[in-house]
Amino acid sequence: MEDMHVTAQATDTMHDIKIKAKDVQVYYGNNHAIKDVSVDILDRTVTAFIGPSGCGKSTFLRCFNRMNDTISIARVEGNILIDDEDIYDRRVDPVQLRAKVGMVFQKPNPFPKSIYDNVAYGPKIHGLAKNKSDLDDIVERALRRSALWDEAKDRLHEPGTGLSGGQQQRLCIARAVATEPEVLLMDEPCSALDPIATAQVEELIDDLRQNYSVVIVTHSMQQAARVSQKTAFFHLGNLVEYDDTDVIFSNPKDSRTESYISGKIG
Amino acid sequence: MTNTTEGQHIASAFDRDLEQVTALIVKMGGLVEVAILDGAKSLETRDLELAEQVREADKRIDTLEEQINDVATTIIARRAPVATDLRIILSVLRISSNLERVGDYAKNMAKRTSVLAEMPRMNGSEAGLRRMAKEVQEMLKDVLDAFIRRDVQLAEDVRSRDLDVDQMYNALFREFLTFMMEDPRNITACMHLHFIAKNVERMGDHVTNIAEQVIYLVTGEHPEEGRPKGDRTPFVTEEGV
Repeated sequence: MEDMHVTAQATDTMHDIKIKAKDVQVYYGNNHAIKDVSVDILDRTVTAFIGPSGCGKSTFLRCFNRMNDTISIARVEGNILIDDEDIYDRRVDPVQLRAKVGMVFQKPNPFPKSIYDNVAYGPKIHGLAKNKSDLDDIVERALRRSALWDEAKDRLHEPGTGLSGGQQQRLCIARAVATEPEVLLMDEPCSALDPIATAQVEELIDDLRQNYSVVIVTHSMQQAARVSQKTAFFHLGNLVEYDDTDVIFSNPKDSRTESYISGKIG
Repeated sequence: MTNTTEGQHIASAFDRDLEQVTALIVKMGGLVEVAILDGAKSLETRDLELAEQVREADKRIDTLEEQINDVATTIIARRAPVATDLRIILSVLRISSNLERVGDYAKNMAKRTSVLAEMPRMNGSEAGLRRMAKEVQEMLKDVLDAFIRRDVQLAEDVRSRDLDVDQMYNALFREFLTFMMEDPRNITACMHLHFIAKNVERMGDHVTNIAEQVIYLVTGEHPEEGRPKGDRTPFVTEEGV
């Protein structure tokens, strides 16, 4: 028992730091949405962000691929380094950054194009394929990696919007992994899915961990407990507690974490 | 009543479930305390009627354990408890199974009473056994209080008192060995009495397990090993008595 615990710890600390956030502040106009958050996100690890609505977890997630740039009143301060490189440096091209840091959203949002074109879109605009057969390979690999290949291989040229909700979400994951990102951000990826599709996506998240650093925002405590190795709890824009997921769910140190995860009135 | 961590659950039915399971533990613990005292008393006073009551009462203890298991299973299935709630459920399950074992030992003591009542008395050993049982019952009472009050200090205190029970057992072990060596006709009675003594010593170990469970419940950490152990009888030889 003791040994097992030590092994679990050891595998968690073996991974390098992928994303280093330091003293991050986010403002929406006068609203101070993220307050002085510092956190190290590990490579090849699933990290879950949990917290009540409006706590800033999605806002913070969106800092990692500069999605907040698209909101005119949003202002980000502090440092976010991916592989020791400041992603807010003015030399960084946000479009290139987003190829490296993929994102999957709450609602499946396939382009109104074929399944094939949905996946091929990213590799095409980033010039990742030399020719048609190269592109075919990329599409197949991405669909296999997102566990959609078997269901989609005979209908690659049908519209992506014709798939079921769970399939559409896996298509969006295929689209995100097609550009060979290093980090995958997922904002409530299962909230619109039924339990079976959810289980498939969770299984996929666990597979993706072999190659990527995955950061997932979720409202489902059980999902965070199931899929992640690290959990961060946010409250009112603060990072309250960040620890191994088994510690957070069996013996959290902060009473606010305890209250939130066990559904208590603060 | 159940939660020392401030705040109640938004789902108040969850609090009621936890209170219910805690109340069942308290009830079960109370029955086990009575069984220990009555078992020892029936042995000393050779009260066969009381011994029979102890054997009967064990069925209620077993039923309560099943009930606690059922409620705990339902809570796990329906509420997916985490953090303190999870530790409450884990503790409740382990405490109830330890209580059930203590109840069984008390029943066994009552069973042997009916056999021993037919044999000559062993020079006050029964009184020694009753004192030992009384000590265990008091430890049990305190550990149940520690469970309700989430009192780590009291649980630690109970844990350390197991040493006294072990020492009482050592003394009885030597006493029985002496009686048997003095007169082989004492062997049957002493064998029974020794089993009772050993069982009471084990009750102490189960109460100690409960104390450790209470410490885990409150702190989230398992108490360190290295609890003082006083049972020296595994090393006794005939020369060394």
